[in-house]
Amino acid sequence: MSPPTLSTLGTDGLQSALAGEGVRLRVGPYRYAIRSPEPIVARGLALLYADFPLAPRDGFADFHVSFAPAGLRQRLRGQLDFMLDEHRPFGSVPRAQAYAFLEWGLNWCLSVTMNEYLKLHAAVVAKDGVALILPGLPGAGKSTLCAALALRGWRVLSDEHALIPPGRREVVPVYRPVSLKNDSIDIIRERGASALLGPLSRDTHKGSVAHLKADGHPDSHRPEPIAARFMVFPEYRAGAPLALRPKGRAESFLFAAHHSFNYSLMGEVGFEAMCHFVDGLDCFDLSYSALDAALERLDELVREVA
Amino acid sequence: MVLLVDLLRAPERAARLSPAEWDVVIPQARQSHLLASLAARLWAAGVSGQVPAEVARHLGSAVVLQRKQCQGLAHELDHLRPALAEAGEPVLLLKGAAYITAGLPPAAGRLMSDIDILVHTSALPAVERVLAGHGWSAGKIDPYNERYYRQWMHEIPPLGHRQRRSTLDVHHTILPPTSTGQIDAAALWRQAVEASPGVMVLGPEDMVLHSAAHLFHEGEFGHGLRDLLDLDGLLRHFAGLEGPQFYARLLARAHSMGLERPLYYACLHAARVLETPLPAELIAALRPTGLAALKGPFMDFLFRRAFTPGHSSCRLPLTGFALFCLYVRSHYLRMPLRLLLPHLLRKACMDLRAGAGTGATDRKVAKEAG
Repeated sequence: MSPPTLSTLGTDGLQSALAGEGVRLRVGPYRYAIRSPEPIVARGLALLYADFPLAPRDGFADFHVSFAPAGLRQRLRGQLDFMLDEHRPFGSVPRAQAYAFLEWGLNWCLSVTMNEYLKLHAAVVAKDGVALILPGLPGAGKSTLCAALALRGWRVLSDEHALIPPGRREVVPVYRPVSLKNDSIDIIRERGASALLGPLSRDTHKGSVAHLKADGHPDSHRPEPIAARFMVFPEYRAGAPLALRPKGRAESFLFAAHHSFNYSLMGEVGFEAMCHFVDGLDCFDLSYSALDAALERLDELVREVA
Repeated sequence: MVLLVDLLRAPERAARLSPAEWDVVIPQARQSHLLASLAARLWAAGVSGQVPAEVARHLGSAVVLQRKQCQGLAHELDHLRPALAEAGEPVLLLKGAAYITAGLPPAAGRLMSDIDILVHTSALPAVERVLAGHGWSAGKIDPYNERYYRQWMHEIPPLGHRQRRSTLDVHHTILPPTSTGQIDAAALWRQAVEASPGVMVLGPEDMVLHSAAHLFHEGEFGHGLRDLLDLDGLLRHFAGLEGPQFYARLLARAHSMGLERPLYYACLHAARVLETPLPAELIAALRPTGLAALKGPFMDFLFRRAFTPGHSSCRLPLTGFALFCLYVRSHYLRMPLRLLLPHLLRKACMDLRAGAGTGATDRKVAKEAG
């Protein structure tokens, strides 16, 4: 029997749990315990996390997160503070940026603490059991691509962290809503009524940010690792023709390692894990300007091996 | 009872902890910067196999970070040694870097944020010059802070390396010159020992005294419990190695440096919190007498709070007040009141101004959270 999801709490139940002892969610291999009295947090979670499995209240949670004014000063200024284990890693943020900041905070917990997996800064998507890693510089379009693929029926394993168990050619799913910035928000919104977007945060350091609920695929919350097959480096350039070009493994290795959260921290283990992982992948550069053409090309890529 | 402290004292208890108890221990340990130290103790006690996998991965992840720090330290020393040699100085490591390089017990799982070194006061200008030539610089520092360091402190503003991003704290003595102790830096150098080729550490008594003085004078109790664990490890180790002689020498050294008080607090609280075995005569010889003894209960009230992890599961009432008192005390020990009051006012104003903008935070998150 599958565990109850967040939606079973109901709107009032969610709000009071968040304001009280917290809501515990299973996110891939991890459990987050989240507390916040902010209505916007309850609204965002109710919409974007409705289908997340709840974790037992009396068990172990990996990350104890709270998001509320730390003191009187923050309360008076209308600011909020993100805390992990009751410790405040950042300064206060204005309430208008609250929801985006919470999502960044949840990413940050994983980015800076866990080292049992090699963590690449990449989106991971899958179709027909074939996983595709999309590493990318900010602005390369990995999140837009990831969101559009989700709306097309692909499974999203993560839009931020590719978790690789050392010695395996697999990725561990750690799905959370997909973060969209600025123009991407409208591009995705226009792609259909099925696109559910969370609270919009304006004027963040990355401009406007909103999150897409991207767990429509029935396997979205399954915890089993999936075999990785491709690594595709997207690059959005206005006016560029569609091109999917094979990329050398050595070059792909260097690029992905450079954009890893813990490659150098893991030392030799990280190096071995990365070698083994990249050795089993076909790597490509994808340059595109028309989103639909790019999506079709990726569909085709997966069809060729399926 | 603090679960983390329980486990540090009796790691074999790990086998009987429930998931709900681990749910409290891991945040306590993370917040006290002791995840990797806890891992090392569980490992040494042979109970790491009985830790649930979901918990073990947090411990293991901290161990990965700690190993990387040790590697980084060794690498940094390869750069520091030749650099300081140009100024005619050896590398004398303090605190975490010293324990790790000398392979002392606190090294097991010890996380550190920067490298602390001691140099001769007379060599300071030359040291700063060669370090600058090798890529170390203080970066942008407020002129008021700079003057504060130069005039009142026992160290210069922290130096960062341009490429390697490591941080170096250069000390010329172990306590601020204006503070109550009478540190004879030349005597520290005479007792220093070589830990590895070209790298020195303080002699055993001085190492303990520095650890105690640092903890009980500086008012940085964010890692209070970790620093107390250092003291516990050092005291057990040196007493085990040298026998009761060690305590006699430690006492004599504390007298000659005017550091009886921090040593007293160190012994008292290490024994209370971590059950460090210490002879009753040592504590009796250090116990303050006369008027100073009257402060005892109040100091006890403060330090009890400082050595409890700042987590709601174990936080004692009035912890905020106690930490504030210790902060003020650390400054009071460092400077006479006529200097201290203007300084604290100035710092409060600077904090208020800094709190007004959140730009720096945003950039930090942007970098780390992608």
